Amino acid sequence: MSRNTQNKESLNVVGKPLRKVDSRAKCTGQTIFVDDLFLPGMLFAKILRSTRPHALIRKIDTSRAEALSGVRAILLGHELPITFGILPVSQDEHTLAIEKVRYVGEPVAVVAADEEAIAEEAIRLIEVELEELPPVMSIREALDPSTPEIQAYGDGHNIHKLVSLEFGNVEEALSRSDVLLEDLFFYQGNTHLPMEQHCAVALWDPDDRLTLWSSTQTPHYVHRALARVLEVPAARIRVIACPNGGGFGGKSDPFSHEIAVAKLSMKTGKPVKYTATREEVFYCHRGRHPVLMKSRLGMKKNGTITGLEFQTVLDGGAYGSYGVASTFYTGALQTTTYQIPRYRFQGARVFTNKPPCGPKRGHGTPQPRFGLEVQLDKAAEKLGMDPAELRLKNLVQPNSLTANWLQIRTCSLDQCIEKVVEASSWKQKFRRLPFGRGVGLACSCYLTGAGLPIYWNSMPHSGVQLKLDRSGGVTVFCGSTDIGQGSDSVLAYIVAEVLGIDPFHIRVVTADTDLTPVDLGSYSSRVTLMTGNAAIQAAERARELLDEIAAQELKVPKERLAAAGGKIFDCENPEKFVPFEKAVQLAESKFGTIGTVGSYKPAESPGKYKGAGVGPSPTYSYSAAVVQVQVYTDTGFINVEKIWIAHDVGRALNPLLAIGQIEGSVYMALGEALMEEQEFRHGLHKIPSMLDYKSPTSADMCEVETFLVEEPDAEGPYGAKECGQGPLLPVPPALVNAIYDAVGIRIDEVPVTPEKVLKALRWRADGKAPRYGPQMFPQVPYPEAKMILPPAEGGDGRVLAEPASRLQMRGE
Amino acid sequence: MIQTTALIHLRVNGRDYHVAVAPSKTLLEVLREDLRLTGTKHGCELGECGTCAVLVDGKPVLSCLVLPVELEGAEITTVEGLASGNSLHPLQESLADLGAAQCGYCTPGVLMVAKALLDENPQPTREVIKEALGGNLCRCTGYLKIFEAIEMAARKMRAGGSENKEKQLFDCSAHASAWQSQG
Repeated sequence: MSRNTQNKESLNVVGKPLRKVDSRAKCTGQTIFVDDLFLPGMLFAKILRSTRPHALIRKIDTSRAEALSGVRAILLGHELPITFGILPVSQDEHTLAIEKVRYVGEPVAVVAADEEAIAEEAIRLIEVELEELPPVMSIREALDPSTPEIQAYGDGHNIHKLVSLEFGNVEEALSRSDVLLEDLFFYQGNTHLPMEQHCAVALWDPDDRLTLWSSTQTPHYVHRALARVLEVPAARIRVIACPNGGGFGGKSDPFSHEIAVAKLSMKTGKPVKYTATREEVFYCHRGRHPVLMKSRLGMKKNGTITGLEFQTVLDGGAYGSYGVASTFYTGALQTTTYQIPRYRFQGARVFTNKPPCGPKRGHGTPQPRFGLEVQLDKAAEKLGMDPAELRLKNLVQPNSLTANWLQIRTCSLDQCIEKVVEASSWKQKFRRLPFGRGVGLACSCYLTGAGLPIYWNSMPHSGVQLKLDRSGGVTVFCGSTDIGQGSDSVLAYIVAEVLGIDPFHIRVVTADTDLTPVDLGSYSSRVTLMTGNAAIQAAERARELLDEIAAQELKVPKERLAAAGGKIFDCENPEKFVPFEKAVQLAESKFGTIGTVGSYKPAESPGKYKGAGVGPSPTYSYSAAVVQVQVYTDTGFINVEKIWIAHDVGRALNPLLAIGQIEGSVYMALGEALMEEQEFRHGLHKIPSMLDYKSPTSADMCEVETFLVEEPDAEGPYGAKECGQGPLLPVPPALVNAIYDAVGIRIDEVPVTPEKVLKALRWRADGKAPRYGPQMFPQVPYPEAKMILPPAEGGDGRVLAEPASRLQMRGE
Repeated sequence: MIQTTALIHLRVNGRDYHVAVAPSKTLLEVLREDLRLTGTKHGCELGECGTCAVLVDGKPVLSCLVLPVELEGAEITTVEGLASGNSLHPLQESLADLGAAQCGYCTPGVLMVAKALLDENPQPTREVIKEALGGNLCRCTGYLKIFEAIEMAARKMRAGGSENKEKQLFDCSAHASAWQSQG
């Protein structure tokens, strides 16, 4: 696509720090979020949730609730026996628990009533008889064969998924190393904490059609789940995703409440609204998996990497959610930053009696990234090398294939490292600041859109329709969902750029399954690239029609035409032009009603092994960060003084919004690195409130200096790559590397709390190993690894017929 | 369920409202559900997040923690009352200009707290702004663009709003007349 590598100077809209198209509504309180909808005759729903982490349901008595005046309908699990789940391989959720509850907060019954207070009273009147089972609350307990089984499926006792892949003979590669590092790391689970609580409104109308308004990032997948569970033809269901008041991955699953309000509306014939309380948002969760990691990294004296063995165990919570994908993601992107010639990855996800984990900003990759980047810091010290130099020496090459068969396109990580090293005065500070202050560096890489859809199909991942009419008005229709990242604006900017018009003249209609072509959803940093490419195609097709007519009108060849400033003009003589609306009128006269379409589907990935579907992306973004800290040795408190971050964004379609995404990522990373954690006691979430679940406030936020590194990538619209998730990843490891630089202690887990810092400082003073982190990695029954030869060793992307063990015996 | 109602008088954004509501209803609930002023959002309804902040006699108040019956005679300002007519408040302009409203959900609360701050202190330092916003959680922006926007708005307000202009990429009037000439 030639537009994707167009030079910056020739662009009129793209690359400019414009307002968002919805900025005025958002700054006046006029944006309509789901809970702002009030429909005539609307009922209000409340969900009765399990108070026990693990129990059999013996009896549910709703008679007292039914008798309460104002109660219109009560729904129990057996009325919706069909299961659902985001992944086709894990359809393990019921709308309401049927025989068993598996975590505190699991929906058990739901009531619709005339008023919210009546519904609340009604759920208190429902009597549930439970037979308690011992709860399974940790990775260790899950793997213990004497604990009860949470789910009746999976790859082993309380094991949801096991993965075992090897790309070239790793033991042989590690045996050739001069330095072999073996480390354990732990990344604690945390949650999205979007400011908007989940909310859904359903309306079953008299024509037997269902409309659901929901705070969802994935209206298309909710549409599919509703059709499946309710047994209503998908063509009669309309899902509208209202603008999300923050998502971060937490509104990407189809949820019980969405299906429940739909069913209640079917039962009552009235609109039904459900809004989660803040406490309930903690139970919806689907946030960051706690991950225990073991990493063995081999290096030559000169600092080159020989091989990596990486093992993970994810604490998944009670249901599947995105967990199979999350498990693969704890290994898939370890190879996309540095050249790792041989790689073995083994991952496991266990079930526990906690709210299910799923995707949060960076989905499954911040945890292994943390391990790898901290381990590289240790390697640099062992080898007596500068950590920045060590990384530069090992960078992946642009347009190369990784050992696990991922296609790298552009990579400007070298420039990112150089930017942050220079701006932070790294060379003057590293190992040179006074005791108590230090700097740390880390890098990362992230997807610009998942290469495969969540369910197998060969249709486009994103579609755009354009309507142009004689008013000169242009409407863009696209299924994408604006969760605050600015996806509506990106559509307007791109169409405006191609058509040469003012982006604020464009009407954007999104996230409505009745009106807009399918877009898979706001996840995996896919929206800008995929909807952007689809929008370019649709707009180019409209331009073809307009150019044909303008060429006739101006009597110049089509090739000489350009569009900008609301005109289609002759490049060689800009005085000769047709105003945009006139061109549309002429085109409408000649061709009839003007509408064009565009779609996008990523190219096929070269990896052909089972599991190769997780990790491929049209292109990858890169980030480098330097964090400077002050460690208070008396209190263990960490003061982050400043963060420098450079991000390889391909091209910033709007630099202001790109920097906003990066700053937001850095902020969220600081929360994960320093304070945020999901904690449980006897099955209960210890801190399901915004006061007790600590997240950084304005007073905690440090100075951030952001650099955009722009080298347009031919795969991205106008060269753009993602910037909303990747920049989170380097911050936690850079922070703990900085703590080591400051006071010589290794904190091999996040969050880094003052208590952990103080312990490690005490050990250091006592002459013990100055490290806080996991002490043991459990026995996990990983299967024998499937062997796939890396591209450099002549593989074809498929699993070798010979078992890995035989290859290892031959030392190949 | 026996519900008693109380007739209350509220003055919101310069307009008088007389509503009959359950006296246990919070100001947040009455604003959103009875007056349909849904610009005020909620994030916790427990006084923990700052999302529902409104001004009562010019001071920021968490609307989820106060009862309307206590507010007889008070002047309440919500985000709907911030702009004058179609002309946005400099804070609204600055937040829009800098992309400081990402999802926009915490924005109404942030705007009201920032307005109270600038009304009291027209030239706050960064530290003062950080302190003032300490009770307003935002998960999107990392707060930095919000700080910058408040500083920008303060400059505009001190300069008498002379920097306060709508950004336009192109000249709309030419576009509009061409369309009208098609009759």
